[in-house]
Amino acid sequence: MDAFLQLTVSGLSTGMIYALAAVGFVVIYKASDVINFAQGDLLLFGTYLIFFGIVQLGLPWTLGVLLTLVLAAGLGLLVERTVLRPLVGEPIISMIMVTIGLSSVLRALANALWGAQPRTFPSFLPSGEVRIGTAVVGADRLIAIPLALVLLGALALFFRRSRDGVAMRAIADDQLAALSMGISIPRVFAVAWALAAVTAAVGGMMLGSIVGVSQSVAVVGLRVFPVVILGGLDSIGGAVLGGAIIGLLEVYTGAYIGHGLNLIVPYILLIVVLMIRPYGLFGKEIIERV
Amino acid sequence: MSRSEPAASSEPLLALENVEVLYDDVILVLRGLSLRVEPGSIATLLGSNGAGKTTTLKAISGLLEVEDGAVTDGAIRFDGHEIQGLAADRIVRRGIFQVVEGRRVFEHLTVRENLIAGAYTRRDRGRLAEDMDAVYEYFPRLAERSAQAAGYLSGGEQQMLALGRALMARPRLLLLDEPSLGLAPLLVEGIFEIIRRINEESGTTILLVEQNARIALSIADFGYVMEGGRIVLEGTADELRGNEDVREFYLGLGEVGRRSYRDVKHYRRRKRWLS
Ligand SMILES: Nc1ncnc2c1ncn2[C@@H]1O[C@H](COP(=O)(O)OP(=O)(O)O)[C@@H](O)[C@H]1O
Ligand SMILES: [Mg+2]
Repeated sequence: MDAFLQLTVSGLSTGMIYALAAVGFVVIYKASDVINFAQGDLLLFGTYLIFFGIVQLGLPWTLGVLLTLVLAAGLGLLVERTVLRPLVGEPIISMIMVTIGLSSVLRALANALWGAQPRTFPSFLPSGEVRIGTAVVGADRLIAIPLALVLLGALALFFRRSRDGVAMRAIADDQLAALSMGISIPRVFAVAWALAAVTAAVGGMMLGSIVGVSQSVAVVGLRVFPVVILGGLDSIGGAVLGGAIIGLLEVYTGAYIGHGLNLIVPYILLIVVLMIRPYGLFGKEIIERV
Repeated sequence: MSRSEPAASSEPLLALENVEVLYDDVILVLRGLSLRVEPGSIATLLGSNGAGKTTTLKAISGLLEVEDGAVTDGAIRFDGHEIQGLAADRIVRRGIFQVVEGRRVFEHLTVRENLIAGAYTRRDRGRLAEDMDAVYEYFPRLAERSAQAAGYLSGGEQQMLALGRALMARPRLLLLDEPSLGLAPLLVEGIFEIIRRINEESGTTILLVEQNARIALSIADFGYVMEGGRIVLEGTADELRGNEDVREFYLGLGEVGRRSYRDVKHYRRRKRWLS
């Protein structure tokens, strides 16, 4: 029972990091139909940027986190402006291919700047352990869950209430109608990439804090696919659910079945879901009026 | 600058001069179209399917660009400034708002969110609540459904929302593309009554594209008839209502009795309007 609780906290915390990565991916997809294969590398940059701030610059963790968020947003804007924007109007497949190139470039850049060896930084999440009943779980993992949820909640609010948030959903619904109300597509793309980079950076910081800084963080980028297929491409709630399910599934199979099955079980699930519900388990159905 | 200068009042708010539009660099759709819309008036642009009405509106609003169309000749002046070739969002910011054909509400957004989207370019965001109330006053049905996804509204309600969304932008010139399309006659009457009130109460200038000439001429001050990408007939609404050709082709009231659309098409091949 204690082990189960530990596993659950561990799975959920990883799941929320997946959700953060997935939300950024979804934002870009909804705004521009682009499938971002560099999402994991944005996470990677979050991890290295916090390392850069706290260890290399010696900043206190609050400033380090702030610097990471600002630099991540800048990176998102820069990538959109220099890599994606010139391709607007080209077939969407070109933009998707360019994100694959972007992924290699970002990874090589991180490698050049920070080297390939794993690093650590003083965790900005509380260290130590928390007892729940008789179980002992890592405080950093435990705190990561509500932290991610609060951020995702704020993002949900942004999409419901703010001018840019509503505009992004409007573009996803009907591009011509959105244009007719003066919604600027370049601006929406830019906001989408900045948001994707920032949410990924938060996920990256948490991951770095929990498991350490290394290039393997980028692997999370691949987890995004089962998460969004499961959660659907439409709602933040979907990403949270998808993330939680994949995160839990991984730790449970890892602990109770083993044999490396935990590494592939998300993709098995992906295939199964695609076969039975192509728009995701919690994706929106197309509204059909009678 | 004195406001009472008489020259200023004869200045049209919108003027198209010999506008030519090409799609995909080769398909010539507008062939030297000219029209004027006086400030504070309702002008209507009539014509059958394929005449180029929608293209005309998109040329004005800048939406042509997304369809690979372009104004290749002539000038479009709004408030004295040439606006052809400007991006759509710049044109909206100048005060022109096109309600596109077929309503096109954001189906997965709530009614309220659709209205917020309409106000996208507004700078005085503090006054949105007030304007939203004004929209709900015109369309009480929308108030009842403000939290509902727009995709579940009826056709008539969606047309109301499309109009309400436009009002949220507080445009100086409203371009309406076939607001009667696909609506039951009773609903059409209601929608057109609101269009008339919007013009009257807020002084918004309106360019109204319609196939339904009878209802359009009932609220318009001035009308144009277009065919094959140019204007073939123009006059005050009263003049057009009295014109034999308009009566016959667009009002179905010709001397020879009602004609079907097919007859009209045959007839038009032989006879072209001069003007
Ligand atoms: N995007 C486009 N590309 C090429 N031709 C077009 C396009 N849109 C409209 N047309 C053509 O332009 C002509 C006028 O169309 P349109 O402006 O939609 O007419 P209306 O609104 O009066 O029915 C039609 O012959 C139509 O086929
Ligand atoms: Mg049309």
